[in-house]
Amino acid sequence: MKPAAFTYHRARSVAGAVALLGELGDDAKLIAGGQSLVAMMNFRLARPEHLVDIARVPGLDHIARDGDTLRIGALVTHHRVETAELGRDFAVLTRAMRWIGHLPIRTRGTVGGSLAHADATAEWCLLAVLLDASVEVAGPGGRRRIAAADFFRGIFTTALEPDEMVVEIVFPRPAPRAALTEYAERRGDFATVAAAVDLDTSRIVLGGVGAVPTVVRTAAAADGLDLRDEPGCSAHYRRGLVRTLVARAWDEAAAS
Amino acid sequence: MRPPAARPHGTWVGASVPRREDPRLLAGRGRFVDDITLPGMLHAQFVRATVAHGRITAVDLSEVLAVPGVVAAFTAADLDLADITAELDRPRHEFVPTAMPVLAHDHVRYVGEPIAIVVARDPYAVEDGVEAAIVEYEELEPVVSDTAALAPGAPLVHADAPANTLVDVSLFATDGIDDVFAAAHTVVRVRTKTGRQNALPLETRGVVADWDDRDEQLRVRTCTQVPHQVRTVLARCAGLQERQVRVLVPDMGGAFGQKCVVGREEIAAAAAALRLRRPVKWIEDRRDALTASFLAREQRYDVRAAFDADGHILALDADVVCDMGAYSCYPFTAGIEPLMASAEMPGVYKVPAYRVRGRAVTTNKAPTAPYRGVSRPQYVMVVERVFEKAARALDLDPVEIRRRNVITEFPYTGINEITYDPGSYQESLDLCEEVLRDEGWYATRATPGRVIGIGYSCFSERTGYGSGAFAQRRMTVVPGFDISEVRMDTSGALVVTTGTMSHGQSHETTMAQIVADRLGVPIDRIRIQQGDTDRIAYGWGSFASRSITIGGSAVAAASMKLGDTLREIAAHLLDADVDTCELDGDGGVRLRDDPDRRLSFVEIADVAYLRAHLLPKGVGPGLTATASFDVPGDGTFSNATHGTVVELDPGTGGVQILRYVCVEDCGVAIHPQVVEGQCRGGIAQGIAGALFEQVTYDENGQPLTPSFMEYKVPTAAEIPDVRIEHLETPCAFTESGAKGAGEGGTIGAPAAVLNAVNDALRHTGTELDDTPIARESIFRALEETR
Repeated sequence: MKPAAFTYHRARSVAGAVALLGELGDDAKLIAGGQSLVAMMNFRLARPEHLVDIARVPGLDHIARDGDTLRIGALVTHHRVETAELGRDFAVLTRAMRWIGHLPIRTRGTVGGSLAHADATAEWCLLAVLLDASVEVAGPGGRRRIAAADFFRGIFTTALEPDEMVVEIVFPRPAPRAALTEYAERRGDFATVAAAVDLDTSRIVLGGVGAVPTVVRTAAAADGLDLRDEPGCSAHYRRGLVRTLVARAWDEAAAS
Repeated sequence: MRPPAARPHGTWVGASVPRREDPRLLAGRGRFVDDITLPGMLHAQFVRATVAHGRITAVDLSEVLAVPGVVAAFTAADLDLADITAELDRPRHEFVPTAMPVLAHDHVRYVGEPIAIVVARDPYAVEDGVEAAIVEYEELEPVVSDTAALAPGAPLVHADAPANTLVDVSLFATDGIDDVFAAAHTVVRVRTKTGRQNALPLETRGVVADWDDRDEQLRVRTCTQVPHQVRTVLARCAGLQERQVRVLVPDMGGAFGQKCVVGREEIAAAAAALRLRRPVKWIEDRRDALTASFLAREQRYDVRAAFDADGHILALDADVVCDMGAYSCYPFTAGIEPLMASAEMPGVYKVPAYRVRGRAVTTNKAPTAPYRGVSRPQYVMVVERVFEKAARALDLDPVEIRRRNVITEFPYTGINEITYDPGSYQESLDLCEEVLRDEGWYATRATPGRVIGIGYSCFSERTGYGSGAFAQRRMTVVPGFDISEVRMDTSGALVVTTGTMSHGQSHETTMAQIVADRLGVPIDRIRIQQGDTDRIAYGWGSFASRSITIGGSAVAAASMKLGDTLREIAAHLLDADVDTCELDGDGGVRLRDDPDRRLSFVEIADVAYLRAHLLPKGVGPGLTATASFDVPGDGTFSNATHGTVVELDPGTGGVQILRYVCVEDCGVAIHPQVVEGQCRGGIAQGIAGALFEQVTYDENGQPLTPSFMEYKVPTAAEIPDVRIEHLETPCAFTESGAKGAGEGGTIGAPAAVLNAVNDALRHTGTELDDTPIARESIFRALEETR
């Protein structure tokens, strides 16, 4: 469980990181908190030739409220969000953080890393889709914003080009009546099923039922999901979990 | 039997003194295998089988040797090591041995089986080297379950083991048992399958080996529970005399049985060091630990029990099949699990008729080794389910039906021909129930709208297996005794050897407490020496809860022998009769009737070493005493009752443990806090087996649980606090009155949890008997009632 050899690069700026990505091509990966990538490298499931470390790139660690909008820099850790004073408007974010791994993971893992990794049960991915967030990315031609609904394309696949990086996530409006909840056999595990709801938009986003965060309008819609029986979790059970978790998220959102 | 040889509670025994191991371990100054670095040391890893069953047609290591940093790579043919074969003295229709090669040479029998060892300059290069190996196989159909192994026409894992059966024994069959079943008021049946588990020591296996030209010795630093057995096997495999092998054991981060067998990798790494004449380190990584290390626990039971109308058990009829994986482990063999289950299943109950068939089958999965509790977590679970089902069938309270059947008079010789020494079976049951009632859990259980159950398990734990008990298993290598040497130096301080091997149980503290009470010397003047085959005459290590019962008794006996020598010398120097001299409990010998006349141990040692001409006739120079101890008869039985309260979540099938109570009796507790640590850790592992952990494979025998994402070891968030109550029924024949305490927690927990879950499901008509309990099964059971 030692990674294959790689060349380590430290980026000093967003432009520098993007330039390195362009120069190094497909064999390069960005690393920030490393909470998913390093484990995959240790198993040699990922074998990047080059790592571009953005942990010390300035200007990506902000949590900024601007009117209705909340902007969170790509290098902000889950733990910082968990302990931030976001007020009632965005309490859904601080409360959702407790579902991310364990405390040591939350102190290293970053918002940008989680979005770019795009695990279909990841809390940030669900929250982004739920709350109509957009992901701001930087590339050789400058910056662009991608709506969350368009950002997640498939299993661990996003709309990011190989020479682009996430710089921030922008939540466009307060979500005082929203909640996220999950079920896993152990605390801190990837969710078997995760459900996030926003009562103001009557939107439900599910994790664990497809390759990307899945939007449904009603809990009953879960019955129409195309689910397969898997070891330890039949489609029937997964549907039941969806119903339970949507109801619980709904109750939590209503109580908030 | 004679009474306990000393007061049950001395100044030291019975006191939870600060553990002597703690300062170094808590400050990060312990020394584990991976902390050892030798000049010029190389790093080893293994080319492992990628198919579950196949014939090796080619092994090409040429690309491996071309990888930068790689120093050497060896196949079985290169190292030419003898196979490891564990034997039982039983006829071939009862037992078939397996030759486990150190490196696979002709066949591979599980994914992860070592085929070649690669040695390189650093831990990264060695993994690059392993990747470059090319192994070609002629693939064979794998056997991946016990049922597939026993199916007619199944492919054979070992050509000489028909029906893939390594062990098939029918130990007991009471005359007329079928008539008992036919005439019985009630017959209940339990069919269960328990999951394959990994003992999962925090510290994975590892070794640092080098050849020392001056000592003409292969020095092997390894984390093992059985240093002398590693020495014996390594010497045999490599064709060395035993004096040419020195096994040294540093601090160990747990073992739980996984390290009480001889591993192939440690032999191969040592052989590579011998060949290269350079130090070689192998540290098992977590993926290998989860897939290719020794596993345990996968068993299937089909058990029937007959009861009369009053709930008295009349007969027990059991069929046990253990999936032992690809090979027998050394020295225990694949008999370890079926023989344990067959011999001891009646447990704490008065069972008048008993029949059992125990089998071990071989499959294309990683081999198994003893794991804390060995079969007892499973058969206790089965028997406890038997009583719960009978209670339900007869409309009896589950605790009451146990009360009607537990052994209450001792010594008791069971239908399984084992004699149980005194225990507190009924008392523990009563107290456990009382605690849960007093804490209000029965009222909580009845809360409308909540799905709550209470479950118990009542069991005993045979500990201190002596030579006689292991000989009954017909092992050809028979563990049992232990030897201890106590040596006092000129400063009056003591070095005490033990053949047991602490791997986290605090023997440096507890063994010293035993010596301290015997000789009246504080523990900071006593050093416990273990884990060095050059300095310890011979030892069987630590497993089967034998350390304090057997090793501790040897330590006590040697201490008392040295005490006699000290008295003899003092009597001579004080010009008194030896019978009038006694140890004063404060580092000296005094006259019983004239306590002011006294010699300190320092004064006596001064004579023994530095002025030996003053010694009495017949007493040689120096202060050394050696004693051995072996447990007579059937060993000593610890016992306990566990009670737990669980709440089920109908919406998810989730299980939460609300309360856990353990009433345990391990005789005299040398160090109660250490005993409680054993209980808590064991219970955590038992809960893990009941609710979380399972090693799984796909239909091709590929492991599906290679990391902690898939192998769900529970964390602190899943394990409840445990209330522990102590009862004390001293053992009559161990030197301190102690019984073993190492395994009880693990043994009791699966049954208690499973019974509690089923109690919570009492209104559903569903009973769940397999472990780990599937959350989906709970969900489905509760679906109708929501």
